[in-house]
Amino acid sequence: MANSSVSVRIAHLRVVRGGKEVVADLSADIEAGQITGLLGPSGCGKTTLMRSIVGVQRVAGGTVEVLGTPAGHAGLRRRVGYVTQAPSVYADLTVKENLDFFAAVVGAGPSARSRALSTVDLNDAGDQVVSRLSGGQRSRVSLAVALLSDPDVLVLDEPTVGLDPVLRRQLWRTFAELAAGGTTIIVSSHVMDEAERCDRLLLMRDGALIADDSPRHLLAATHTSDVESAFLALVESGSPA
Amino acid sequence: MNPVIALAVAHRVLRQLRRDRRTVALLLLVPCLLLTLLWWMFDRDSLVFDRLGPPLLAMFPFIVMFLVTSVTTLRERSSGTLERLLSMPMAKLDLLLGYALAFGAVAVVQALLAVGLTVGLLGLDVAGPVWALTGVAVFDAVLGTALGLFVSAFAQTEFQAVQFMPVVVIPQILLCGLFVPRAGLPDTLHGLSDVLPLSYAVDAMQRLQGSTGLGGDFWLDLAVIVGYVAATLALGAATLRRRTA
Repeated sequence: MANSSVSVRIAHLRVVRGGKEVVADLSADIEAGQITGLLGPSGCGKTTLMRSIVGVQRVAGGTVEVLGTPAGHAGLRRRVGYVTQAPSVYADLTVKENLDFFAAVVGAGPSARSRALSTVDLNDAGDQVVSRLSGGQRSRVSLAVALLSDPDVLVLDEPTVGLDPVLRRQLWRTFAELAAGGTTIIVSSHVMDEAERCDRLLLMRDGALIADDSPRHLLAATHTSDVESAFLALVESGSPA
Repeated sequence: MNPVIALAVAHRVLRQLRRDRRTVALLLLVPCLLLTLLWWMFDRDSLVFDRLGPPLLAMFPFIVMFLVTSVTTLRERSSGTLERLLSMPMAKLDLLLGYALAFGAVAVVQALLAVGLTVGLLGLDVAGPVWALTGVAVFDAVLGTALGLFVSAFAQTEFQAVQFMPVVVIPQILLCGLFVPRAGLPDTLHGLSDVLPLSYAVDAMQRLQGSTGLGGDFWLDLAVIVGYVAATLALGAATLRRRTA
């Protein structure tokens, strides 16, 4: 990758939720202008790690730095976009009304709204009330909201769940374009076949990283041909790659 | 604080409300229907209606706004939009001010309807000016909104939020001087009624009912209500957490 500056630096992160350690001493550097895939089975701590990067998660130890400042710092609120797994938009407003409101909050102009709408391919649904949209459309509205502020870091929790393959490919293309423009993209998935579209993979299991590598190196190191097999090989060998 | 954001929140809340016609109808009509019921009950003795009308004009908007706001904000908390907003460049107070502005606007309409009905059609007889009656009703509705915002922080479900109504609102109704004049309450309860905001709304209404002029006591009551609104909004802001477990 042309741009190799570190955008997110996680050092010895530890998160405890409900008395259980869900992230244990996790360290990783995430580079700007790349798509970093966060993969692992559901319940492995992906969402908690993403929340820690966004700065909405109470952490028990360690540090997370985003763009050189501590995660959650007030100065980052316009520069970090976060899309939760459940679409966080108002179901009783139309798509445009949602975007108008969030645009006012982040101080984005009207052009940002139409740009975000085209990016997620919802131009035709602008006047529809969100509650009448399909699940996939709703999550695209949520993604559009995150794009409004043109963030430097985009954290996406399972953004492609339930989308049809054509749209999924289209969104991944969009992610690639954004990354090429310098945006740091962190995207989680439990669908391993999406991994190959990432520049870098963080494989997680039980709150710890079991791999941090490019897809190609990961497959080479584990002598496997797909990420799912690589994941299994890593778990069975019990040692990090 | 950013007035543009607070106004955007207010605009958004009103837009959401506009789609929910049934809630709007309930908000605006229920106080009117209850006051009409009261008027009918005392059909034979209009003096009782004159005595009970003004305090109830303060009470109904308070209760209705408390309920609506606590459920609405709880919905914002549980839908994930609150967390999203707090991860954006938005001051917590802007969010609460936006809510207070939106529901305050609804309260103005509600109070105009209720006062117009009771004074205009049902013949409620008050000595003080009608605009002051309306003003107290509006401030009281905003007080209900502020309390509802605050209390929603302690509810995990809409079911719980509704249950807070008897806890927070009914003691205030019992002690506000409607059933027993506050001076006639046992000392401890009198002291308690002195710190409950609804008492001041009812006091203000009763002053308007009995005297023509707006004395210093009336403005003092109003100032206390406004003070409670500000304090409750600040407390409500303190319950919003950008970082959660």
